[in-house]
Amino acid sequence: MQKEYVADFFAQLRHFLSQAAQRLIKGPPIYYGWLSFLLLIVGAGVYAYTYQFEQGLNITGMTDQVSWGLYISNFTFLVGVAAAAVLLIIPAYVYNFGPIKEITILGEILAVCAILMCMMFVTLDLGRPERMWHLMPIIGRPNFPSSILDWDVLVLNGYLYLNLFVSIYLLSTMYFKRKVNYRLILPFIFLSIPWAVSIHTVTAYLYNGLGARPFWNSAILAPRFLASAFCSGPALCIIIFQVVRKFTNFNVSDKAIFKIGEMICIAMGINLLLLGAEVFKELYTDSVHKAPIVYLFVGLHGHDSLVKWIWTAMAFNITSFFLFLIPKTRKKYITLNIACVLIVVGVWIEKGMGLVIPGFIPSPLGEIWEYSPRLYESMITVGVWALGMILYTLALKIAIPIELGEMHMLEKETPLPDDEAINVEYFN
Amino acid sequence: MDRRNFIKGAASTLAALALAGCNEQVEEYLQQHFVEMSKEELDEARERLKKKYRQKFGVDFKIGAEPALPEVLFSYGLDLSRCIGCRRCVYACVQENNQSRKPQIQWIRVVRMENGSMDLEESDHYYEGGMVPKEGYYTMPIQCQQCENPPCVKVCPTKATWQEPDGIVVVDYNWCIGCRYCMAACPYWARRFNFSEPHIPKEEINPNTHYLGNRPRMRGVVEKCTFCIQRTRKGRYPACVEACPVGARKFGNILDPDSEISKVIETKRVFRLKSELNTQPKFYYFFSI
Repeated sequence: MQKEYVADFFAQLRHFLSQAAQRLIKGPPIYYGWLSFLLLIVGAGVYAYTYQFEQGLNITGMTDQVSWGLYISNFTFLVGVAAAAVLLIIPAYVYNFGPIKEITILGEILAVCAILMCMMFVTLDLGRPERMWHLMPIIGRPNFPSSILDWDVLVLNGYLYLNLFVSIYLLSTMYFKRKVNYRLILPFIFLSIPWAVSIHTVTAYLYNGLGARPFWNSAILAPRFLASAFCSGPALCIIIFQVVRKFTNFNVSDKAIFKIGEMICIAMGINLLLLGAEVFKELYTDSVHKAPIVYLFVGLHGHDSLVKWIWTAMAFNITSFFLFLIPKTRKKYITLNIACVLIVVGVWIEKGMGLVIPGFIPSPLGEIWEYSPRLYESMITVGVWALGMILYTLALKIAIPIELGEMHMLEKETPLPDDEAINVEYFN
Repeated sequence: MDRRNFIKGAASTLAALALAGCNEQVEEYLQQHFVEMSKEELDEARERLKKKYRQKFGVDFKIGAEPALPEVLFSYGLDLSRCIGCRRCVYACVQENNQSRKPQIQWIRVVRMENGSMDLEESDHYYEGGMVPKEGYYTMPIQCQQCENPPCVKVCPTKATWQEPDGIVVVDYNWCIGCRYCMAACPYWARRFNFSEPHIPKEEINPNTHYLGNRPRMRGVVEKCTFCIQRTRKGRYPACVEACPVGARKFGNILDPDSEISKVIETKRVFRLKSELNTQPKFYYFFSI
């Protein structure tokens, strides 16, 4: 009995894998073009990484003065993107808001990919990545609960598995055409809401708790992180949903997209309010602690490499806020998309380099040592992004047909032309 | 105990898999945290290091692992009235503690400030040329302040840096993963990272080392001042104290009321850098005139 069951399981798995392989292999030219383009970038990134692996982190722009750079900036931004998946879950499940419900899985898979990218960025930044096991309980020596970095490892891993579990469960019920057992899955879905808040809060606390760095040592840092994450993540989703809608039969309603737009508008409003509060407090108090924010916005003692970036971010964020605020521009795709791109780039600057770098400038001993990313470091960073996009593309290539009911257990394998069939056989 | 067994099991499995030549690397890779190693394991680790250093530098190293002395809490005093800013302490430290010469790593930073100000943001880190001291300016050497409440230890995700019973904050270079969180947390900019492989000319190497102190480091780990743990645990002065030509540097056991440092604290008006951060440095600045 049990043997049969196991055999059955493997038969099903085989069936699923062959279906999935066919889905992944087949696609319009633009699919191949997109993947080859990304693979090329990943290749360049891998090449650059082998150089870093041989030489060490001295190939980056980082120094003892500015000891975190582009990698940790991107990590911080992507934690926000991952956290924003909740913005899709809350209305979908709590308020049972129809249109967003179907697209929640896409948001969750985005969260999974973003977390994987976060982990890649942190690993890239380590001086001794092979010693990562020192962080693990039992075999290593985690400094828990003292080190916020350990908390971050914990919540990020938890979030990864939570989202993986929920999305795989939901997709598998669709695949097997079974009913969703809400009594089983709802607690996990609800748990993922505070958990999403926690990943970005803990990431903020990573910076927040350091008395040595007045720029980060501000109580509204975590709320600022959350507010900006609720802008960039959903804006990214709006763009992704339109792409998905264009290239698949997956229907994302205009109503759902505009609803997300409204939420982004509120989040950006709060984000700008909090930023204003921060700037006011620092500048009006006028203590020595204002130095980093002065460095960021106008430059300090003639050093101003971040100034053009932060004002670009400000312009983007404020413009997009109004584009999301005014119903006319929010409900017109051309202006909506412009707003989305502006907000993603704006938050990437503000919560990436704009947050991490000024924390180090001036140094605790008052030294101003500027940072700018170097070529190989940038290639590695872009490579991680491309790898993340490949993961997301491939995941959607399977998830969407399952959601649409096109790919399910009972589906017959579609015969392929001969040469491709050989490939599939090989792949299996 | 569980952990040790697990590691041992993993170690033997991996060791069996490894080629004969790689065995030592595998053993080093699976090496435990300093405080968790048994005496035998520590001895093995030291032997491995000695062999490695001998190959690299052509000299026999002494790698001590002397524990903290009982009833000792090391403290430091720095007389700002005497310091002339000659930076001899900086170079004595580099020499003694095997800091990388290429790229240059220095654990002590001497800053020059205008009389009448102690605003570090206005300080000059790279003053050079001419005579020291310069009229109208004073200098202030800054190194690890060996805090009683060290933020670097608090944030380290692997306990690779910790405070010893004699108050010295040390790093296990074989346990540090190189995340540099401690560098972000330190208010005194006392920590340095080996962004590339450190280079020290063979003839300049100091083979008298301590496991937690001045033994040569590897790429990708953080290092810092240890109050010359290899010297001070044997009753000697730190190299910077010996090198100072004007006697601006004082060092001793703060638990001994007759020590020089206790006298300084008793008789001088001392202050600690950034005391508002509650890091409670064991590094006291004072003015003798």
